[in-house]
Amino acid sequence: MEKRVTFKGWLLPLLLVFPQLLISAVFFFYPAGQAIWQSLFIPDPFGLSSQFVGLGNFKFLFGDSYYRASFVTTAIFSILVTLASLIPALLLAVVADRLIKGATVYRTLLIWPYAVAPAVAGVLWLFMFNTRVGVVSWYLGQFGYDWNHVLNDGEAMGLVVVASAWGRVSYNFLFFFAALQAVPKSVVEAAAIDGARFTRRFFTIVLPLISPTTFFLLVVNIVYAFFETFGVIHTITSGGPQQATTILVYKVFSDGFVGQDLGSSAAQSVVLLVVVGLMTIIQFKYLEKRVHY
Amino acid sequence: MKTKLKSYALGALAASVLCGPTAFAATEVQFWHAFTGRLGELVAEQVETFNGSQSDYQIVASHKGNYSETLNAGIAAFRAKEQPHILMVFEVGTATMMGAKGAIKPIHEVMADAGATFDPDAYIGSVKGYYTTTDGKMLSLPFNSSTPVLWVNKDALKAADVDPEVDLSTWQKVGEVLDKVKAAGSECPLTTAWQSWIHLENLSAYHNTPFATKDNGFAGLDTELAFNSELQVQHVQAMGDWAKDGKFMYAGRRNEGGANFRAGECALFTESSAGYAGISKEAQFEFAVRPLPYWEGSEGAPQNTIIGGASLWVMEGHEADEYKGVAAFLNFLSTADIQAKWHQDTGYLPITVAAGDKTKADGFYDKNPGTDIAVIQMTAKAPTANSKGLRLGSFDQIRGIIDEELEAVWSGDKTAQVALDSAVERGNKLLRRFEQANK
Amino acid sequence: MRALDTLPDGMVEKRGSSLWLSHLVMIAGVLVIFFPIWLAFVASTVTQPEIVKPPMPLMPGDHFFENYSRALNAGVNVPVTTMLVNSLIMAIGIALGKIAISLISAFAIVYFRFPGRTLFFWMIFLTLMLPVEVRIVPTYEVVAGFGMLNSYSGLIFPLIASATATFLFRQFFMTIPDELAEAARVDGARPLRFFFDIVLPMSRTNIAALFVILFIYGWNQYLWPLLITTDPSMNTIVMGIKQMFPSGDDTADWPVIMATSILAMIPPVIVVVSMQKLFLRGLLESEK
Repeated sequence: MEKRVTFKGWLLPLLLVFPQLLISAVFFFYPAGQAIWQSLFIPDPFGLSSQFVGLGNFKFLFGDSYYRASFVTTAIFSILVTLASLIPALLLAVVADRLIKGATVYRTLLIWPYAVAPAVAGVLWLFMFNTRVGVVSWYLGQFGYDWNHVLNDGEAMGLVVVASAWGRVSYNFLFFFAALQAVPKSVVEAAAIDGARFTRRFFTIVLPLISPTTFFLLVVNIVYAFFETFGVIHTITSGGPQQATTILVYKVFSDGFVGQDLGSSAAQSVVLLVVVGLMTIIQFKYLEKRVHY
Repeated sequence: MKTKLKSYALGALAASVLCGPTAFAATEVQFWHAFTGRLGELVAEQVETFNGSQSDYQIVASHKGNYSETLNAGIAAFRAKEQPHILMVFEVGTATMMGAKGAIKPIHEVMADAGATFDPDAYIGSVKGYYTTTDGKMLSLPFNSSTPVLWVNKDALKAADVDPEVDLSTWQKVGEVLDKVKAAGSECPLTTAWQSWIHLENLSAYHNTPFATKDNGFAGLDTELAFNSELQVQHVQAMGDWAKDGKFMYAGRRNEGGANFRAGECALFTESSAGYAGISKEAQFEFAVRPLPYWEGSEGAPQNTIIGGASLWVMEGHEADEYKGVAAFLNFLSTADIQAKWHQDTGYLPITVAAGDKTKADGFYDKNPGTDIAVIQMTAKAPTANSKGLRLGSFDQIRGIIDEELEAVWSGDKTAQVALDSAVERGNKLLRRFEQANK
Repeated sequence: MRALDTLPDGMVEKRGSSLWLSHLVMIAGVLVIFFPIWLAFVASTVTQPEIVKPPMPLMPGDHFFENYSRALNAGVNVPVTTMLVNSLIMAIGIALGKIAISLISAFAIVYFRFPGRTLFFWMIFLTLMLPVEVRIVPTYEVVAGFGMLNSYSGLIFPLIASATATFLFRQFFMTIPDELAEAARVDGARPLRFFFDIVLPMSRTNIAALFVILFIYGWNQYLWPLLITTDPSMNTIVMGIKQMFPSGDDTADWPVIMATSILAMIPPVIVVVSMQKLFLRGLLESEK
């Protein structure tokens, strides 16, 4: 996609991109390059010495069966978070779109979780589900269900997924709601007069019309599930029980920031970079074709 | 009393923020620590007392997040040449700090350079041992140290028709009590905090068994983990069996179990002696402290337990007169009055013999029975190579591995032997990496 | 929206029972989604013993004023009010800074052909891809080298280095009809005039939408402020909340922590709610 109409000159555009270029170079490319360079070394945390190991860090990583397993965990986690944040949001948006009275009140209450920092959201959910003393796990216990996410890996995964998806439901809800409001009512009503049932109307008419939004949210939420959930995992499970909730970025964070193993952490981020690059290509090549604009 | 202390501390903070160094013309010393809440107030109070006691130096205390965040802040700051003078580092970071020659200035050097009077023998052996080289030189100043003990909910025992004064000195006897408590319908006869620290690290020291080779890492970076020997396997298997029978309830890797115990749900709880403040504040039942149990028939047990907590490291790269301020502050922290007060307020161990004696003379142990158990447990025997402490690189990650493997035992996925063998093998790989990074 | 208002209720879906069902779904959804926040609010109005003895109450208690005044005056190193102000400056700085540099660079990419343009465009893509935590130590060293520790610029600049906003503005500018630029060019209007007179006003709602998103992004930052503010008077609120959690074996003061958490939610909620209309319109247009 290119604009056909453009302005002449090269000094002005260079001046215009200069601030962004400068900030990106200083605060992004230089530090990121440093981090990637470090993946070839085993440095000590204080930066006093470092041993060149070539691809040693990568060999160390892929020789570890736990690291290989965390690819699968990451895939499961990301898919679950994406679904858990998109589907309820879409459902609520569809229903809210049909309401006139009360819609503002619902909307205002629904957006609160978006304002909660992920660091705090983890604390809130752990507070509710703390084994036997959290308010939700306590009531579950009264109904005979013994909630124990510290040993049950399914429950642990469920809890970190819900805690991570929670704030995103609000965010996605806003986007879906906006998209649905833009769907021309006449189209939908015409179908209604034709006697099409609501569910059919929804899947054949509305869903294709909002597919650009859905695609955008899909990408944004996968990126979120990948990169921004480690704080929640750190607070709630620390990657456990065993390694049931150890996703790739959590490992980058815990090895680098908690464990002080900067070499391994840097190598892992190079691996991540490749994974995310591949995912981006796949998303744009295959998914975008199926999206109706 | 409490609110008065608080406003005092806040006032001090406001004063140090508002007035700053210009108003005082005193040498400023930066002190980064990991304490908030009540402990944060007590630290602020210590700092204020010191600042008020002389006019040459001004300590500026700053809270930098939890233990690992504080360590990271210190490391990042050092790399940027913005490091504080004094950094609080938790015990698992000890090897990392020791390896950073050129980043840290050992305490004995700080004291010698400053010409301060410094008597290493004034400190309690098993406390300072963790932070001392094999030839007896103190590297960092123990600040808050605690050791694991057994907490007992007397009401829960009574409810299970068990004499609340029952003998719980050995794990065999604990096992019998757990049977009875479980039979009486308890959902949580036993829980724990910090499982690796209590049930492997301390278990090993307490039974005079190595946790790792090379004197638990004190004698060299080429140390290897050794906690898969008979003693540890037997203990972890016993805990695993209790977990299967519902007699041991696992609540999490950190001190999550504390919430269950304080709520009155659990009968027994293995936790740090520093849990005292929280338990005495929140527990609405009668509780008691007992020494950590040991396995009867194990040779040399009970030896002594080891500490957990944090110490103060002095960082390189500052002016000589600033180090004089550091030395003065650290000596101030070691005085009997300050230490005795800290010990009595927090449940942390006193770091000097004099502070322990003063607390006894004050009659504190008589008024608060059980508070001396941790001190006795620590100091009953002179520490051996197996019970001096641990000095392992990447120890935070190794603890993570141990947590994972123990969880596999608690959930019945692995036997103790398989889990501990796996933990040793995985941990050794990290030790080799650490060795390589610190050549 | 206006057109819909004139329709009778339930025009699209006629049956009345369905309307009730819709409200039921919304109420259920709100109950589930809002429950954690409700619980935080309840916890901020009761006493510590009520919270630690399960089950904690589900209805607010009468310690509201006590807990909130404690929260406002407590704070770990500085009062909560100071932290709120710092967070506000940081969030607004990030939002406005990022919008400003993104607007002009997106304008340059879309409306000019200049040397290095393609390279620049791909560089933007790259900045979307590396998690902050990975480069946090080298970034810290850069910031320290500039002497920007403990300053608002140190809090703000590194966080506006990613080009998400540039990417979104580029997408939007592509949808502006070519005729407008053509007409401007024929009139002999200078590019900057075109930018200020046409492009900027047309981007109003996009800017609003991005402002909301970036404000919340900035407000919710935790690791970065923790690392670079060694001076307590520069601490931010999210950092402050996390700092109220004790290390080691101390116990958490839940009422004050929860009261502070609620206080920390209010500014971002105000921003979202007050800009809701513009925000939604901005989303609509940027998705074309």
